[in-house]
Amino acid sequence: MSTHVTQIDEVKTTPWAGGRSPFAVEYGKMMMWFFLLSDAFTFSSLLIAYGALRFSAASWPSAELVFQSIPGITDHGQPLVFVGIMTFILIMSSVTMVLAVEAGHRNSKKEVAWWMFATIIGGFTFLGCQALEWSHLHHEGFWWGSIPHAEELKHLFRGGEEATFHVSAQQFANLFFTITGFHGFHVFSGVIINIIIFVNILAGTYEKRGSYLMVEKVGLYWHFVDLVWVFVFTFFYLV
Amino acid sequence: MSSHIEAHEHGEEHASMSKGKIWQVFFILLGITVVEFFIALYMVPKDIIGVNIANPVYIILTLFKAFYIVAYFMHLKFEKVGLVYSIVVPILFIIGLILVLTNESHYWVDLKKVFENL
Repeated sequence: MSTHVTQIDEVKTTPWAGGRSPFAVEYGKMMMWFFLLSDAFTFSSLLIAYGALRFSAASWPSAELVFQSIPGITDHGQPLVFVGIMTFILIMSSVTMVLAVEAGHRNSKKEVAWWMFATIIGGFTFLGCQALEWSHLHHEGFWWGSIPHAEELKHLFRGGEEATFHVSAQQFANLFFTITGFHGFHVFSGVIINIIIFVNILAGTYEKRGSYLMVEKVGLYWHFVDLVWVFVFTFFYLV
Repeated sequence: MSSHIEAHEHGEEHASMSKGKIWQVFFILLGITVVEFFIALYMVPKDIIGVNIANPVYIILTLFKAFYIVAYFMHLKFEKVGLVYSIVVPILFIIGLILVLTNESHYWVDLKKVFENL
């Protein structure tokens, strides 16, 4: 009786040798990752279509001239300030979300609930800002299928062929409302999901379960929404 | 045994995203955004740098922000390498889509010229 095991009979312990989960994540979390991957493709398609239309256009509205109002304070002269505030709010709500996840690792119900609440407030604030931004542009005459009058339109461009202004302004309006609308819809869904999780936290569902993994999963979604905004912000407001 | 391993991994995860680290990442994201605004509102209007330089800089800075959000906030940096690859590698297809549609947009420019000359 020898206890020696030949190399071929040795039980392998590598991650892919079976008997264990190679990714070491719970299935819901992994599925959230794959959902976000597919969503990343959807948003990329929209943004790349935007890029293709913009680069083939002979003129394009200048972001500093279109976005220069702070609703309720001033109508012009403050380029990109309002969207800067919106970006800050969304990054901030991402931070409160990680802090909720961090508190969840310590099983501190009170802290998770508090940070989750702060995240929901951040989400609503962002949506409110976006509603103001939309209504401002709408009052200027922009909407799906509609643009301001030719006289006003001239002030939104810096150079470019004047004959193409109405076509490119229309493309800009359609793309802007579609892409920020699709993103805003994601933020709205995120806030609703956050509220459901918040209620569950207060009800003690996760405390009984012994793990705040659900907070992590919705956290992934929430950070993704922030991530998309980072790209929308760059391509619509900066470039 | 398995619960022991889980507890160990949980501990590791805990150490990786402390409150300090969270705020550090926040200030990096905020700092990058401030730099972007500085370029957009000061350097470009004052003609210190042209749009042809500013635009690639914006995109690079945005990719940095994306890295920090995905790696730290979404915790991907601390996941198993298999999961990291299964998320990151398919993203490379998007580069293909960008190349295809950039090419297409150049074709549209030529096409518009053809129609103007008709």
